[in-house]
Amino acid sequence: MAVETKQPAGAVADHKEMLISGSEACAEALALADIDVVTAYPIRPYDTVMQAIAKKIANGHLEAEYIVAEGEHSQFEIVKHASTVGARVFCGSSGVGWMYAMECLTVTPPLRVPMICMVGNRALDDPGAFGVEHNDALVVRDLGWLLIWVDTAQEMLDTTLLAYRIAEDRRVFLPIAISADGAFLTHSQAICQVPSRGLVDRFLPRYDRGDLLLHPDNPITVAPQANEDWVIEIRRQNDEAMKRATGVIDEAYADFRKVMGRGPENPWFEEYMTDDAEIILVGMGTISLPMKVGIRNMRAKGKKVGLVRPRWFRPFPTDRIVKALSKASAIGVIDRDYSFGSPFNSGVVANEIRSAMYNSDKRPPLLSFICGLGGREVTLEDVAKAADMCYAAAKSGKSDPKTHWLGVRE
Amino acid sequence: MAHFTCEVVYRGIFQKNLAARICRGIVLSARKAGRWGIAFGRYGDSPQRNGIPAKDFAIVADTQEELEQNMARYEPKEVDVTICVDDTLSKGVESWAWYGLQPINRLTISGGTLLMTSLQSPAALLKDIHKKDAPYNLALIRAKASFSGLWVYKEDHTEARILGALAKIQPEFLSLDAVCQAIKEAEWGSDLKVSSARKAYERLESQPIKITEGNPETPYAFEMPKWWEMREGVSIPAIPIGKPMEGGKGYVPERNPYFKKFTTRTMRPVIDFDKCVKCTLCWIQCPDSCFDVTPDGLYDANMEACCGCGVCEAVCPAKDCVTMVREDAFEDNASQWEMWRKDKGTYKTWMTDKIHSKEHITRSHGFRFRGQYEQEIKQELETGGIEIIAGIPGENAEAKK
Repeated sequence: MAVETKQPAGAVADHKEMLISGSEACAEALALADIDVVTAYPIRPYDTVMQAIAKKIANGHLEAEYIVAEGEHSQFEIVKHASTVGARVFCGSSGVGWMYAMECLTVTPPLRVPMICMVGNRALDDPGAFGVEHNDALVVRDLGWLLIWVDTAQEMLDTTLLAYRIAEDRRVFLPIAISADGAFLTHSQAICQVPSRGLVDRFLPRYDRGDLLLHPDNPITVAPQANEDWVIEIRRQNDEAMKRATGVIDEAYADFRKVMGRGPENPWFEEYMTDDAEIILVGMGTISLPMKVGIRNMRAKGKKVGLVRPRWFRPFPTDRIVKALSKASAIGVIDRDYSFGSPFNSGVVANEIRSAMYNSDKRPPLLSFICGLGGREVTLEDVAKAADMCYAAAKSGKSDPKTHWLGVRE
Repeated sequence: MAHFTCEVVYRGIFQKNLAARICRGIVLSARKAGRWGIAFGRYGDSPQRNGIPAKDFAIVADTQEELEQNMARYEPKEVDVTICVDDTLSKGVESWAWYGLQPINRLTISGGTLLMTSLQSPAALLKDIHKKDAPYNLALIRAKASFSGLWVYKEDHTEARILGALAKIQPEFLSLDAVCQAIKEAEWGSDLKVSSARKAYERLESQPIKITEGNPETPYAFEMPKWWEMREGVSIPAIPIGKPMEGGKGYVPERNPYFKKFTTRTMRPVIDFDKCVKCTLCWIQCPDSCFDVTPDGLYDANMEACCGCGVCEAVCPAKDCVTMVREDAFEDNASQWEMWRKDKGTYKTWMTDKIHSKEHITRSHGFRFRGQYEQEIKQELETGGIEIIAGIPGENAEAKK
């Protein structure tokens, strides 16, 4: 529950610098957000967050209920219930651990529980592997979860604070999963700017569940049995909340920039060297690093390539991303996920973008790539190869219906 | 524009925190001069597994963009300094992630440095360290393989000494003052550690290594199969029944061809075949099926398969039959039984030398008796270590007095 903290005068504008991993950055933000209930069950790479939170509580930097569940299903159920009685909650998992919580993941959005989760992206079993794939978090993409991918420890810290502000907005009241690539982000220590409690308090109001609070003074029943006379209306409510989230996200980022003095102008996706780009590559998460370096190398050779790195995947920024991509001569989408048997056998992101572009007057050729599965390195050569194939498509003016796997032993 | 890349090769669990501290220390020291940095581990390694060779990295650069340029790889392709905090790793590294055998100096750049903690001479180390097609420097800090940072063991200042040595090797990136300041500010730092760093700076021994020097053996490697060559259904064929040995009397089990894992070994069993009672316990209990059954019913630990866990020594009921001996006493993986069969007298002399040599039976990990670590730390004082038994300021110093 809320702890009184004394701020020295004049310290409000301060940021302190720390060398922390993506997971530790998440825990820093959780302490600043003064969470009330956190549940834990270990699975790599998410476990690094639960360790960091446990350390914060043990060191007296955070006062919160820390409940070790007997499995992920209970882990997510416990915070769901805690949230309905007004607690600010945190939870998280990875890979098949996240899958084990699936029933709870489906019931959380309709109950309008603003649970914040960190998904340390991990390949789904089998084979048991630790490396990153985005399929774990993507599994809930149709269920009413807000989904965001971050690519640096700093962005993880900032996004965790933003997530509470957005999810706990009464217009939204939906859960958010923050995806962090296993290893590249969860386990790498980078230099981060950590805002003071005073700054965070100015940005993040207290969680107020209002009329939905489970409390003797507010007698309500949550989740009664319903039949076909009721279900589609409930779905329509969720649909509306998800649509409203778009405006709330824009608002929250604008306010974040005002209070913190930093943060992206465009919450939805990062654009890197796209102003004059002939080819725009698209990739989510830490894949942006080899893509940016690859793009710089290609630019040195006169090739005008740019990058769009989607942050928010749900809600999907349809109009904005179409506007950003339609100016290119060709688009190359690199998915760190798979969607077997889907249209063109592409990855999830490629098909979402194809779908988003359908009503656009200008539809540049789109090439789909699958790369870096299971944490395989996405090499600069892979990026260069994708760009070259996009150039060929731009020349012919035709989309290549084949999905290309890069970096697989052929 | 300039950057500096460093790797720490360490043994899983025992040195996990130590390696992380070194890499953190590098980034924090470089930050004193306004540089940017990142510290990370090779994720495919499994640093939670006992003794598994694993790697951490630190990269620092003048600008964030240059840092990105150098960290856009899963792991660096080359490093300015390779740090190895356990000299039994000088035989190479087999990651848990199955990459084959990597020589300890594989990533060290031409003219770079391999910085090791060791009590051995450079000549002795070079019997194990593979030859490299480029010259480099071998720098030594006089110390044994460290447990520093593993909470149940006493501090021995290894991380501070490594950082002090790096200030000598790469002064343009890590000035001694910056290193000392970073150590003092670190959560594990202290004044005493700062003075250890300064001493390591002064006492670092370094010598150039030519391309002709080192272990001439070609490290084993294997070709990874293509997607269409692999069996479907995430299945692998069972390891076939082993081969009979010499007319069907003996037996050699088959082993995983992709993963020999002998570099996980810090010790190996030395067997006195004359004392063996043929009880089969070592053969049954070995978790890696490493024992070959000889035609005369003895058990020969195959050194391509042994990971040095010591179970055989623990279960053997015959007195002095199996003795675990420090891995750096051996230069190859040859069969002990073949040596014994060829000439029993020579074997006896060889075995007695290995078993009775004090330096060889001193374990690098794990202890034979209570108080052994304290004894060893005290011995280190004679070779340049500093008194730390009294306690470290800020680290339960009161209780340690």
